[in-house]
Amino acid sequence: MMAKTIKEIEHTLYRKNSKMRTERFGKSLTFLAVVLTAAITAAILFLVFSKGLSTFIMNDGSVKDFFTGTTWNPAEVNSLGKPIIGALPFIVGSLAITGISALIAGPLAIGAAIFMSEIAPNAGKRIMQPVIELLVGIPSVVYGFIGLSVVVPFLRDLFPGSGFGIAAGTIVLSVMILPTVTSLALDAIQSVPRSLREASLALGSTRWQMICKVVLKTAKPGLLMAIIFGMARAFGEALAVQMVIGNASVIPHSLFEPASTITSILTMGMGYTVMGQVENNALWSLALILLLMSLFFTIIVRMIGKGKSA
Amino acid sequence: MNVVESIERSVIQTEDLQFYYNTHHALKNINLKFEEKKITALIGPSGCGKSTFLRTMNRMNDLIPGVRTEGAIWIGNENITEPSIDPVELRKKVGMVFQHASVFPFSIYENIAYGPRTHGERNKKVLDEIVEENLRAAALWDEVKDHLDHPATGLSGGQQQRLTIARTLATKPEILLMDEPTSALDPISTAKVEDLIRTLKERYTIIIVTHNMQQAARISDFTAFFLNGEVKEYGQTATLFTNPLFSETKDYIAGKFG
Repeated sequence: MMAKTIKEIEHTLYRKNSKMRTERFGKSLTFLAVVLTAAITAAILFLVFSKGLSTFIMNDGSVKDFFTGTTWNPAEVNSLGKPIIGALPFIVGSLAITGISALIAGPLAIGAAIFMSEIAPNAGKRIMQPVIELLVGIPSVVYGFIGLSVVVPFLRDLFPGSGFGIAAGTIVLSVMILPTVTSLALDAIQSVPRSLREASLALGSTRWQMICKVVLKTAKPGLLMAIIFGMARAFGEALAVQMVIGNASVIPHSLFEPASTITSILTMGMGYTVMGQVENNALWSLALILLLMSLFFTIIVRMIGKGKSA
Repeated sequence: MNVVESIERSVIQTEDLQFYYNTHHALKNINLKFEEKKITALIGPSGCGKSTFLRTMNRMNDLIPGVRTEGAIWIGNENITEPSIDPVELRKKVGMVFQHASVFPFSIYENIAYGPRTHGERNKKVLDEIVEENLRAAALWDEVKDHLDHPATGLSGGQQQRLTIARTLATKPEILLMDEPTSALDPISTAKVEDLIRTLKERYTIIIVTHNMQQAARISDFTAFFLNGEVKEYGQTATLFTNPLFSETKDYIAGKFG
């Protein structure tokens, strides 16, 4: 009797029906999407790695020169017969512009997020949030254009030099990453449970003590993540930076001298080189640096995320 | 309403207390006296205003926009509903333990030290003493003394709740408000927290909101039965539970509605 019932159930369970067919179709469709994404990513990684490394393997470029040399002229060879590929000025430019932007945008963004979440949640929700969402959507070329026509002349009037340089790039980038960092910081601050805020106030802390000692401390991993996301965006931004930095391939001695970044050299140079030549390969090496850096940012964010959930 | 005549040494007294959430009249004419160093349980069905009442006593309701309080709550000689009363100072005197153990994601030590630190205590030795003393008072010291630097979020639910009690005690309150402190705990942890509350009675005036009738009967000296924003009945716990004046009280205690 029992055995028969089970068999009957099995029968209905294993019978092919239209529902199962839809299920399988959906499964294979989503699986295909995953495979495609993975394949494209793998292809890009392979291309950038193989091209980027060929500067050093095929064209006999020196890795040491690449990271320490200060002259960039890949078309020529030096006395040792190696291409001149000193990328240090760009690496320094990129790091400086990213670091200073984060230093400016980070505190401002966290301050704005505190205001929106803790001080004036109503005004924050009604006015600031839409404004910030709007700012996130502005294309980078617009930021660059504003930088070129407002920031550069302004710096030229105040400081010696042409106005182009790290300072101009930093100002443009700070403004550009500010909305992203602010909205991520806001998420982090708002995800601090209400119960912790109440617990802090109930222990006789002022609102300011609650914000500093409980909210910010609890949200710290999320705030760090927000700043690193901003840094990743700043490091990878090309167009807006290229428009205001001056594009001189030297290590600048001040923030107001023309400089360049990895991205600006890449965008400027890629139209003028031929695939397979050493000039082109050297640009791929720069692209490889960008890729590795963004990988590095991603790993840091993931590590912070893991620490947070643990 | 029947106010027990035996209360003479009241530390908290409310006078025609009204409370509104916007237009909703949540507390109506609350006149209660709480005796010093006794446990008073507030019971009643969900939404009857008992938690709201608890939160008027340390002005936690101030945080909600659109609320209004009328009438008076006397603690000692001060009417704490007056705008001139600093809620920060008030909350140092009137501690609160919440339903869900809201430990900070810091170490056990930092959780206890948080209150004294925010009140300006910087001396490491004094803080060490405060931490030990209050963990002992909350019967948690023996369980955590070897890993005070571990994150408090790693403790069990019952330990976390005792930690939040210790954290509240560390601010040296005179009155303890407890909002369903054991509703999220298992029976063994509940028993431990109840034992703790009973020992705390020697030093603190305790007002506890509970949904657990047995708990109210076990630990409290006085019980107030709230219904629809009013105090329906108030008296000594033994009397109220064995011989309630109103049929609603009787039905609620018997579990006929909740």
